Amino acid sequence: MVVQAFAFYLFAGILVTSALMVITARNPVHSVLFLILAFFNAAGLFVMLGAEFIAMILVIVYVGAVAVLFLFVVMMLDINFKDLRKGAMHYIPIGIIIGGILLFELSMIYSYWQFAPTISNIDLPTDQFADVSNAQALGLVLYTDYVFPFQVAGLILFVAMVGAIVLTLRVRPGVKKQNISEQQARKASDVLEIKKVTTGTGV
Amino acid sequence: MDVQQTIGMEHFLILAALLFTIGVFGIFLNRKNVIVILMSIELMLLAVNINFVTFSAYLNDLTGQIFVMFTLTVAAAEAAIGLAILVVFFRNKGSIAVEDISGMKG
Repeated sequence: MVVQAFAFYLFAGILVTSALMVITARNPVHSVLFLILAFFNAAGLFVMLGAEFIAMILVIVYVGAVAVLFLFVVMMLDINFKDLRKGAMHYIPIGIIIGGILLFELSMIYSYWQFAPTISNIDLPTDQFADVSNAQALGLVLYTDYVFPFQVAGLILFVAMVGAIVLTLRVRPGVKKQNISEQQARKASDVLEIKKVTTGTGV
Repeated sequence: MDVQQTIGMEHFLILAALLFTIGVFGIFLNRKNVIVILMSIELMLLAVNINFVTFSAYLNDLTGQIFVMFTLTVAAAEAAIGLAILVVFFRNKGSIAVEDISGMKG
């Protein structure tokens, strides 16, 4: 009991601290690294909540793909980040005002919020999976009730992949490249020519 | 013992609210740096995911976790496209400052 509370406050504390470091760090590389730390701690919280599969997916997708993508871009672009921070102090008051209002409202909602008394009447579709693991239960729901959204998610990823490739593909003219089909289609008659050379003169 | 019995749901919800607020604040704090703005958006999406998983766990309903997977899909696609646009923009302009992104202004 105490262990769970300790684990929760440890994960939550590191999560909030690293999220703050993400937005305040001077070096964007540090921001990305703190983002990775935040994702790891969120994964820990998900494990505490019993959502092991989502936790692992979070680590694989976010840390393994998205954060590394950010890291690549930050390191690839030669940007002077000092200039980008100029005038940042100017926006702090409005940011604090809007953020404070948002936090106040959200806390107010969450503090006085409770389940509707009719919640037990709602049909809970996943109760029957109490005896299987989280990943198995997710699969049983995802590939039956949510198979169409699952396919659409795949389509979204495909479109994103094509879009990213099309956007960043750079066609440079004047680059000598091997064109295999052109090589295969070459015929001797296209490139070879037999000339009669008369004796004593050049070609 | 399940965490649902020992830690109240409000703890997770307040944490998510805090994280979301930090994400919003990050957008204001780094108004010129598109990369950090994209990272702030990722933080906000993470806060939303925490909310989904919390409700899913406390209501014993897996639908929330299913939805988190779709959110993750969209977030990954958004990050890929956003960073691709950023790379193309940097290649053309040599800068990623937000105020330079005004090519479509009438």
